[in-house]
Amino acid sequence: MNWLPEQASDFAGRVDTVIWFVTIISLISFILITIGLVYFAIKYRRRSENDETPYITGNLFLEMLWTVIPSILVMVIFVYGFVVYRDMRTPPQDALEVNVTGKQWLWQFQYQNGKSTINELYVQQDKPVKVVMRSDDVIHSFFVPAFRVKQDLIGGMYTYLWFTPTKVGIFDLYCAEYCGTGHSAMLGKVIVMSPEAYDRWEKGEEEEEGKAVAGLPPDQLGEKLYKERGCNACHSIDGSTLVGPTWKGLFGHEVSLTDGSTVTADENYIRQSILEPQAKMVKGFGPVMPAFKGILSDDDVAAIIAYIKTLK
Amino acid sequence: MANHTIAETLYVPYLDEKGILSWLLSTDHKRIGIMYLISISTSFLIAGISSLLMRLELIAPGKTIVDAHQYNVLFTFHGTVMVFFFIVPGLAASLGNFLIPLMIGARDVAFPKLNLGSYWLYLLGATILLISLLKPADTGWTFYTPYSIKTGTDVILLTTGIFILGMSSILTGLNFIVTIHKLRAPGMTWHRLNLFVWASYATAILQLLATPVVGITLLLLIMERVFGIGFFDPAKGGDPILFQNFFWFYSHPAVYIMILPAFGVISEIIPVFSRKPIFGYKAMAYSLLAIALISFLVWAHHMFVSGMSEVAATIFSFLTMLVAIPTAIKVFNWTATLYKGSIQLHSAMLYALSLIFLFTIGGLTGVFLGSLAVDVHLHDTYFVVAHMHYVMIGGTVMGFFGALHFWYPKMFGKMFNEKVAKVAWALIFIGFNVTFFPQFILGTLGMPRRYADYPPEFHSLHELSTIGSLILGIGVFIMTVNLLRGLTNGEKAPENPYNSVSLEWQVPSPPPHENFEKIPVVTDYPYVYGKKNTQEG
Repeated sequence: MNWLPEQASDFAGRVDTVIWFVTIISLISFILITIGLVYFAIKYRRRSENDETPYITGNLFLEMLWTVIPSILVMVIFVYGFVVYRDMRTPPQDALEVNVTGKQWLWQFQYQNGKSTINELYVQQDKPVKVVMRSDDVIHSFFVPAFRVKQDLIGGMYTYLWFTPTKVGIFDLYCAEYCGTGHSAMLGKVIVMSPEAYDRWEKGEEEEEGKAVAGLPPDQLGEKLYKERGCNACHSIDGSTLVGPTWKGLFGHEVSLTDGSTVTADENYIRQSILEPQAKMVKGFGPVMPAFKGILSDDDVAAIIAYIKTLK
Repeated sequence: MANHTIAETLYVPYLDEKGILSWLLSTDHKRIGIMYLISISTSFLIAGISSLLMRLELIAPGKTIVDAHQYNVLFTFHGTVMVFFFIVPGLAASLGNFLIPLMIGARDVAFPKLNLGSYWLYLLGATILLISLLKPADTGWTFYTPYSIKTGTDVILLTTGIFILGMSSILTGLNFIVTIHKLRAPGMTWHRLNLFVWASYATAILQLLATPVVGITLLLLIMERVFGIGFFDPAKGGDPILFQNFFWFYSHPAVYIMILPAFGVISEIIPVFSRKPIFGYKAMAYSLLAIALISFLVWAHHMFVSGMSEVAATIFSFLTMLVAIPTAIKVFNWTATLYKGSIQLHSAMLYALSLIFLFTIGGLTGVFLGSLAVDVHLHDTYFVVAHMHYVMIGGTVMGFFGALHFWYPKMFGKMFNEKVAKVAWALIFIGFNVTFFPQFILGTLGMPRRYADYPPEFHSLHELSTIGSLILGIGVFIMTVNLLRGLTNGEKAPENPYNSVSLEWQVPSPPPHENFEKIPVVTDYPYVYGKKNTQEG
């Protein structure tokens, strides 16, 4: 069974070598101590109440030995860990920068060409990426196990990490710092593309996708957005209550708001709740949803409304 | 004792007086120790049940028994109760109170009334915690800002409760330091002290110096929540990393407040059941102090990926590695004590040997987390959860259970059923490893901690872990029932069932009020086992 994730960045292999190094030293120490414990416990088990035992109070040489050897070993481990860490914290000059904002509970990515995505980070194979991060609210942590990278996102300051993806594929992105009710749903994907595919994505994926989605009826496009834009982290479609109200049976029904009034969930209410979620808060839920103004287009919003209508 | 016959005629065991007030108003260190023991054991069992509920939720992906918010409340409750109500006051307050005066040959602690006051503060803190459960907090036991400022749950009451517990802890530490300095019996020099007393002394220093910092930090957090003063919230110009620095400045030394008494405990158990002097007494005593000292200088290893500077991270990684050295000395010296001994696998000894085995795993996995490049990958994953439980259960709780079985005859004057105790030990040992070993693998694979739900690829390891937790739960249940049955059905305990030479075994079981008919005169350290003329090695 594998006990380490796939290696998909250029220093994943180096980090794993450090992990293996520490593991082997630990295993040797552990086996020595276990053998000592078990062997002594069996060999010197009490045979009678009158067993004679020697009066040994210590041994300076042995004690020096097991002070000095562990000291040397941990210093080697420290230096090795530091050397790899130093490279992990030194991004190359030509790294492509992507801005990341974490908010409860989604990831927003902004690229240098003006594109922006939610919960999906698009990068190019073998091209170093520097991720510049900040948080809109509480602390989050950007963690991609396959790349062996992790860094907290904090409000009021920028943090960064960098990596060079080496494998084309889709890799899991987790939030690793506890950030509230939706913490375990704050998941994303890193999509590593070949240079050609990345080029296409950068230049005109939107048109391509436009063509692809043009064929989709609005409710199916809405379903696609529901999954891709992170709505599913907080809104269920099966009637269960997550961080936000369920979408099942929402459309056309009366909703009680925090100010005591009620409102019918029609097109305009849902549109406003997506673009300015704090305007009319549903009773029993906190003001935690990020505003999607400028993130979702009018067509996207219309598609999501069409999707909600199908959830009876 | 010269006047043994007089002692027997006047002998009134400390347990004899009945009635709840005779306990709550008692200034006898042994009664206060027993009250702490009951309180921390209750906290342990309640927090243990909350962890079983968490494990049940995690038996399969998707919602099983609780939703995400309830899960977050559960792990917050589990963490705060285990840390602040069980394991920090834990062995130090319960065993420390009961044993320190007996071991140093004193009639009580230096300030008996203050000692009772500490216990009342503990009760007050526990009451406030219970009230906070009306709207239970969901911050985790670490209360990281700004989440702990923004959440709508009741953080203020909970942190107030912990603040009061902190005062209890400080006063206990102060009391023990003065007691150990001033109340030692004639001839009881520092190098004749039990290692448990050394451990309690090192612990007390940590309690006295580190606890005020967490008290102040929680006070700042409360001020920020109540008055909106921006200490930690970046939206108000505060610094969230400052909170982490303050918090870990206490909470890392606190890890040693939790573990050092357990080190002391097994340094008592192993020589008795090996009939050998402890190997390297002075190294054992000074390594306790060394660990306590270094523990003040390593707090930021909890924060390598928090956004602090790389230079600071490097320095803290280096200092963290230093802790491994005195710890390694202890593990090797315990093992060497067994050499050429006459080893009796009493239940207390089984727990002591388990501690060496499990704590070695806990300690070595700590080296992984101290290494910078490795920590970046493993930080905030299940690897940390497993590491911490190998230290806290594998270390402290094994020491605690070992101590319960070892000093039970002295505390209660009764014997428990040794066979049942061994069965319970086996279930606890197996259950613990099945629960937590898979979590190391979950962590290296990248499963983040504090997740109410998880992707399907982690399912089988989580399932295994939950099965282990049930075995562990059954083991603890059997152990508890066995120890409680011993109180009513157990045979009467002799004064010194294991032929220990330590002072606490030279008084009747259970000891009388004020412990000693006549203050003893001490002539040697408490590990004189074996034939002196065969000294070798």
